[in-house]
Amino acid sequence: MAERRNWGLVAEFENPARLLEAAQQVREAGYQKYEVYSPFPIHGMDNAMQLSGSKVPWITLCAGLTGLSIGVLLQWWSGTDAYPLVIGGKPLFAWEFGMPVMFELTILFSAFGTVFGMFGLNGLPRPYHPLNKVKGFKKATDDAFFLSIEAADAHFDLDASRALLEKIGGKHVTLVEE
Amino acid sequence: MAQATNETIFPPPLVEGGQTFASITDTVCRIVEERPTLGWFAAFGVANVGLLMLLVSIAWLIWEGTGIWGLNNPAGWGWAIVNFVFWVGIGHAGTLISAILFLFRQKWRTAINRFAEAMTIFAVICALVFPGIHVGRIWAAYWMFPLPNQMGMWPNFRSPLLWDVFAVSTYFTVSLLFWYVGLVPDLATLRDRAKNKIAFYAYGILSLGWRGANRHWQNYERAYLLLAALATPLVLSVHTIVSFDFAVSLVPGWHTTIFPPYFVAGAIFSGFAMVLTLAIPSRKIFGLEDFITVRHIENMNKIILVTGTMVGYAYAMEFFIAWYSASEFEGFAFVNRALGPFGWAYFIMVSCNVITPQFFWFKKIRTSIAATFILSIFVNIGMWFERFVITMSLHRDYIPSSWDYYQPTAWDISTLIGSFGLFFTCFLLFLKFLPAVAMAEIKGVLPQADPHWEGYHKEHAKEAHHG
Repeated sequence: MAERRNWGLVAEFENPARLLEAAQQVREAGYQKYEVYSPFPIHGMDNAMQLSGSKVPWITLCAGLTGLSIGVLLQWWSGTDAYPLVIGGKPLFAWEFGMPVMFELTILFSAFGTVFGMFGLNGLPRPYHPLNKVKGFKKATDDAFFLSIEAADAHFDLDASRALLEKIGGKHVTLVEE
Repeated sequence: MAQATNETIFPPPLVEGGQTFASITDTVCRIVEERPTLGWFAAFGVANVGLLMLLVSIAWLIWEGTGIWGLNNPAGWGWAIVNFVFWVGIGHAGTLISAILFLFRQKWRTAINRFAEAMTIFAVICALVFPGIHVGRIWAAYWMFPLPNQMGMWPNFRSPLLWDVFAVSTYFTVSLLFWYVGLVPDLATLRDRAKNKIAFYAYGILSLGWRGANRHWQNYERAYLLLAALATPLVLSVHTIVSFDFAVSLVPGWHTTIFPPYFVAGAIFSGFAMVLTLAIPSRKIFGLEDFITVRHIENMNKIILVTGTMVGYAYAMEFFIAWYSASEFEGFAFVNRALGPFGWAYFIMVSCNVITPQFFWFKKIRTSIAATFILSIFVNIGMWFERFVITMSLHRDYIPSSWDYYQPTAWDISTLIGSFGLFFTCFLLFLKFLPAVAMAEIKGVLPQADPHWEGYHKEHAKEAHHG
């Protein structure tokens, strides 16, 4: 059996304030592939990690425009070409009566785009993750706060990274295998 | 006076009873993890009887046709549409709480949003039953959707009934997505606490491997905001389009421009009443008093007061316009509503919807749990009758020789009661298997969730001093 590779290090922090400082210090030390885990989003963490903005809105916009186009084309094509029917002397197609269906399809597609786009960007569903094996990490969805540094990071050095995590207040620093 | 000022500057806490992150997880997860109580089984049994009643009624309807209902020639639309509008309306409070109050940064919503969204979804399921079964030729129900077929037929997009198909199905889908996105972090909590394999795999699959990473939270929060922004115009559009079912027709009493705003206000009014009817017993039974506090109940009562008053205004304005328009038929339709054969229904509607909410001007009543529960039931009844009164505009049309009275049959009644059975079956299953309170969100509004919380700084200062 091949030897297991190291995935990275993980440490527990006491509270959101400590986690925020830790994230800042790990970023200042030059790490890129680090991540923090918390049971709820922490205010100011995106700034502390200097994350660029989320890409979800762009997916929403594209999906919404697709929905709008389908709404227009479906009503225009089925009404004027595929199945023209004169009802109450009304035109075969007009944007006024097409409005509700155009609107609903825009919303429907935008919502699908938003949800699937968000999960896609997050790389979910992901049934297995190396961190699942770490004892105590389960509390990340309850009341504990963690920070991990991946071995794939250019700055990663087992001893130096461990020392950094301990210095900034990390407890139970654990080596995680893939 | 001093007390009032104090309350303005320091609003009461969103969560009471000195809860911590861990105690929130415990309180909410325990409901799911413990064996259900005898009370739950009893309620579930009763709900199942109702559900069975609905299934039998639908089976008989499909076998025999819509003739088993009390429909007659002028009143070709009966309880099916009344129940449909009633249930769709109930759903609106859930989306209002989850989306509109979210956009307005009303943090108190976190305690009740999961609950209210679940209610929305089950209410819309109940609503969708009715257009599905009332078509008469049930095997042709799929003609409502733009599906390519061997006959080369397409739906008539000029019909408000078709807009309704799109509006309500979009509403259902988007509400379900919104609800699910909110559930994912909490399902992950349940997964991580799971004691047996079945729970672990079930919650594990549903939570998609969520582990609370901040890069995930960033996309998640953005997606949640976008969904709220999408759901807000959607919820207003749904009842607007439902009102088009009536308003776009040429029936006196229906063909009015006040219908869309009046329907939306009524929907929110009835929905909040239903949230209270469900939340008051649930918080007691499951010990959620620290989360769903008197403050929440008072806030909801204020919304009921506002929307109830708007509904009352709409009733008055309808009457005024019926007279002011000088249309003989319009005038007759309204006088007939109030003083005709269905005057008793009009009286129930006005007393439940216009008078009941006015009690909430008094703080004593607004903050009394028993009074709120009783009044919320009156509102539920009143709003069902509102839809009944509107639909019954049909019973006296242009030709007096065809006037008739609408009388429901036993099957009408069993279908309505049965729809409550469906609703409560779903709701009780939700309470048992899913977290009834949004844990991640509640934790996020605790004072200690803020990294700048003074408690942390005191600790820090102390350490720095010693160090």
